[in-house]
Amino acid sequence: MTELLAIGTKKGLFLAVSEDDRQSWKIGSAHFPGMSIYAVAIDNRGPAPRLLAGVDSSHFGPSVAVSDDLGATWQEPDAAPLAFPADAGAVVERVWQITPAGSGVVYAGVQPSALFRSEDGGRTYELVRALWDHPHRPEWGAGFGGQAVHTVLPHPDDPDRVLVAMSTGGVYRTTDGGASWSPANTGIKAYFLPDQWPEFGQCVHKVARDGADPDTYYAQNHHGVYRTVDGGDTWQSIAGTLPADFGFPIVAHPRRGGTLWTFPLVSDGQREPVDLRCRVFRSTDAGEHWEPRQAGLPEEPFYQVVLRDAMCADAAEPAGVYFGTRSGEVFASRDEGESWTSVATHLPDVLCVRAGSV
Amino acid sequence: MPTVLVPGVLRAEAGGAAHLEVGDGGTLAAVLDEMRERWPRLERRIRDESGALRRYVNVYVDGEDCRRSGGLETPVPAGAEIQVLPSVAGG
Repeated sequence: MTELLAIGTKKGLFLAVSEDDRQSWKIGSAHFPGMSIYAVAIDNRGPAPRLLAGVDSSHFGPSVAVSDDLGATWQEPDAAPLAFPADAGAVVERVWQITPAGSGVVYAGVQPSALFRSEDGGRTYELVRALWDHPHRPEWGAGFGGQAVHTVLPHPDDPDRVLVAMSTGGVYRTTDGGASWSPANTGIKAYFLPDQWPEFGQCVHKVARDGADPDTYYAQNHHGVYRTVDGGDTWQSIAGTLPADFGFPIVAHPRRGGTLWTFPLVSDGQREPVDLRCRVFRSTDAGEHWEPRQAGLPEEPFYQVVLRDAMCADAAEPAGVYFGTRSGEVFASRDEGESWTSVATHLPDVLCVRAGSV
Repeated sequence: MPTVLVPGVLRAEAGGAAHLEVGDGGTLAAVLDEMRERWPRLERRIRDESGALRRYVNVYVDGEDCRRSGGLETPVPAGAEIQVLPSVAGG
């Protein structure tokens, strides 16, 4: 079995491969050198694994490229794979998320905040119009990183149900295949607004779905870590035993309910790990309790940030967990976070990681 | 017949060509419209889907920056040289 770790960085996509059950990794040179890879996906549903990369050139704009030969070659359509229709009055600035869903369906979350849907395996996409036309859209804001739909979570059993998250704007969901969308932010605080408990406008950094219960989700907010057990109707804080409630990623175990990982930072104004220690925090009870895991991680003072998509889990048993930093370091755990090894150092800023068997 | 000079970084999108001959008698927009038909992957790296020049791409018509002349309505004389250059940007 070959395990693949796709590492999207500020200057290219790196593919690391393990042939020994994730004990060691061999990393290749950059694909798309000089281009930012904010989104990458490994789609294992077809006859061959398909890699999808959101490729962002600061000069020549965004695109999505796909590879059916593990990166040996990449293909793009002639026409832009994602483009707003003329009457939308917007242009795609960046692809933040690529999420394979049902048969042949792939979703892409973009900046400015919009959702696109592909029915040809991720080669070409169309705007999900009802979310773009949502009456709340003029009030969605932009954080420092831009205004984007950065999280797309299709329901594993019901193709009509999709949950998205955006910064800022918060969580929205559809139960009718994208024909209508409703905010789902009750209980998530927006401390930066005069009304701190608004219907929408939260700065949700990342949402993960529980591995066992598809109605349970976890959210890392711009301050605040939350759980919903009713599909997003209401959210409750699960930050109680974390050392800080700020951070970007949150990752759930692919199968075991209640197991999740995050990488807390001190605060909005002090974006560095608590006590300057490189630690992943893990919960095995849906966030009621959190424990630091740092075996094998750097012990010296650590100032780095893990961005919202720069942490992931694989589907192996036991699950592997991976994260990368803005200083270009990538770490892997093959025992669900108990211990860690270095996969790469001195890469460009790590923007996203995804792992899977190929 | 006008000629488009393609920067090295974009030549893969033009079948490897460094020079592209395009039709006479129009504006820069008309040239780019023709490029969209003939070399769509090249054109979409020069203009976004709204038809605007990408911010960090510069286009010169006979040495004049189109942004300082007529923009996309800059006339393109017969025999003109249209140079596409990435601007000084990046991190």
